[in-house]
Amino acid sequence: MQTTLLLDMAADAAPDRLAVGAAADGLTFDEMRNRARAGAAWLAGFGGETVVFVGLNSPALPIAVFAAGLLGHPFAPLNYRLSDTDLNKLLARTSPSVAIVDDDIVGRLQPTAGVAVVARSAFDAACLDPTHREAELPYVDPDIGVLLFTSGTTGEPKAAILRHRNLTSYVISTVEFLASDEDEAALVSVPAYHIAGISAVLTGVYGGRRTVHLPTFTPEGWVELAAAEKVTHAMLVPTMLGRILDILEARGESLPALRALSYGGGRMPQPVIERAMRLLPQVAFVNAYGLTETSSTIAMLGPDDHREAMSSTDEAVRKRLGSVGRPLPSLEVEIRGPGGEVLPPNRSGEIYVRGEQVSGEYAHKKAIQDDGWFATNDGGWMDEDGYLFVEGRLDDVIVRGGENISPGEIEDVLRTHSKVTDVAVLGVPHDDWGEQVAAVVVTSEPVSTDELASLVKGQLRSTKTPELWVFREALPYNETGKLLRRQLRAELSAPQAAA
Amino acid sequence: MELKPGLRLKSAVCDTEVVVVRPAPGDVALECGGQPMVAATAAKPEGLSLSPDHSGGTQMGKRYADDALGLEVLCVKPGAGSLSVGGEVLGLKDAKKLPASD
Repeated sequence: MQTTLLLDMAADAAPDRLAVGAAADGLTFDEMRNRARAGAAWLAGFGGETVVFVGLNSPALPIAVFAAGLLGHPFAPLNYRLSDTDLNKLLARTSPSVAIVDDDIVGRLQPTAGVAVVARSAFDAACLDPTHREAELPYVDPDIGVLLFTSGTTGEPKAAILRHRNLTSYVISTVEFLASDEDEAALVSVPAYHIAGISAVLTGVYGGRRTVHLPTFTPEGWVELAAAEKVTHAMLVPTMLGRILDILEARGESLPALRALSYGGGRMPQPVIERAMRLLPQVAFVNAYGLTETSSTIAMLGPDDHREAMSSTDEAVRKRLGSVGRPLPSLEVEIRGPGGEVLPPNRSGEIYVRGEQVSGEYAHKKAIQDDGWFATNDGGWMDEDGYLFVEGRLDDVIVRGGENISPGEIEDVLRTHSKVTDVAVLGVPHDDWGEQVAAVVVTSEPVSTDELASLVKGQLRSTKTPELWVFREALPYNETGKLLRRQLRAELSAPQAAA
Repeated sequence: MELKPGLRLKSAVCDTEVVVVRPAPGDVALECGGQPMVAATAAKPEGLSLSPDHSGGTQMGKRYADDALGLEVLCVKPGAGSLSVGGEVLGLKDAKKLPASD
């Protein structure tokens, strides 16, 4: 089953309903389909086997997603926040392709063999061109729907493959067709290159809910757009929520139209969610846990779970506010030990998942087992009632404000300093960012943290620069020479890191 | 006909079209309006009519399932006939709706 069928169904059943944009002048589902068809006909002229998207959120995003599907090509959104070098490197990996690129980003791209770059303004214009709108599209039956470059543990991004059947399975098993009320609007502020940005396109269309895009996130911009467009639903990463609450409190804004907020993509600090529930009592909160490789959400802490946990005096129930809820009924989750054995409740291990929405697949590498089980590489445990608690990446990737940061590349930079003899970079819990980057350094002579920080900043981007510095005589290793990151993390998570 | 996931079928006697979401093993004759469905790309057989016993209709976007067979289809175009396998009407299945956007 193709993702384009989801749009066809919505456009057939509710052609005049608003699909995307402002209530005053948004596009209908019928018009979205017309533009996607025109866009596909136009893009076909550039050749290529993949449709790349480099740009901010706008109505062009869903149109491009469906145009790629109608062409039969995978849709590959790239992270425009990458450095020019990394962005060009990724773009080259998509060849042969056609890339729809925001006009002000085109200049950052180098000419690349096999990649045709088109400005988004040209794509937008082509979608309105009568010649393309009337063009006949050949029948296609594509397999791969989306290629998402994840920030891998080695630092080199991996291309996760999401097939049409994974994506459509997720949508039809979790969303009731056109069940949204006509006055509902979802505010999407996660970028297109995040799995939540892609699944928002598909679930929004299938549910018949209008999507409003925030081109780039600022807490002020989010609150203003939510109020102006009477937004009823939104998805946020925990870092965004904390900053939005600050604005709401400062302005005395209560967002009366808002009904539901889902969050995910990182550890939600309990004080932040408790504050959110106090400030927005009318809102149903949902914690959604998922991975790129699982076509988004696999477990969910629903509104009733939130309220029950918040008002409970039972410590075990209250603790669930820190869980990601229970697995979706359409899939299975197990916690396994290092030997692959299934662990009982309350025992910590690796989270495994199986179900039709799980792709567990990368270009050139299948990470899913033959029996369908996918090892998430996330550590966690389940309580007796099936609530899942996620402890973090087993491979120690730092998740700072929804951005995955690989400690390895930061360590590599620090090791280049002549006085640095050993170093460990790790994430420690932080109330605003979920995690912050900490560096534990062993030096031969005293070195200032400013000097080390500017070394990292000069070679990587600022979000990767450690914010917490600790100097030690030596780092803890086990008998087989493996760095005991967990021990360091526990030590650094103690009071001195809370400041 | 072998009902593979993603296979699109249309009714021989009404406007109904479905997509196979979960396959059933072996050959399965899926009917709509009491008559065997055909591939969406095939020509509609002539001379067949809607059976009054199978005229409950299909609803757009609803999933229909035969739990014994494991078969599940999604209605992508509604019509006057109802879906059945060997005369047994398929049951309606609800999506496990997520309570919020995501």
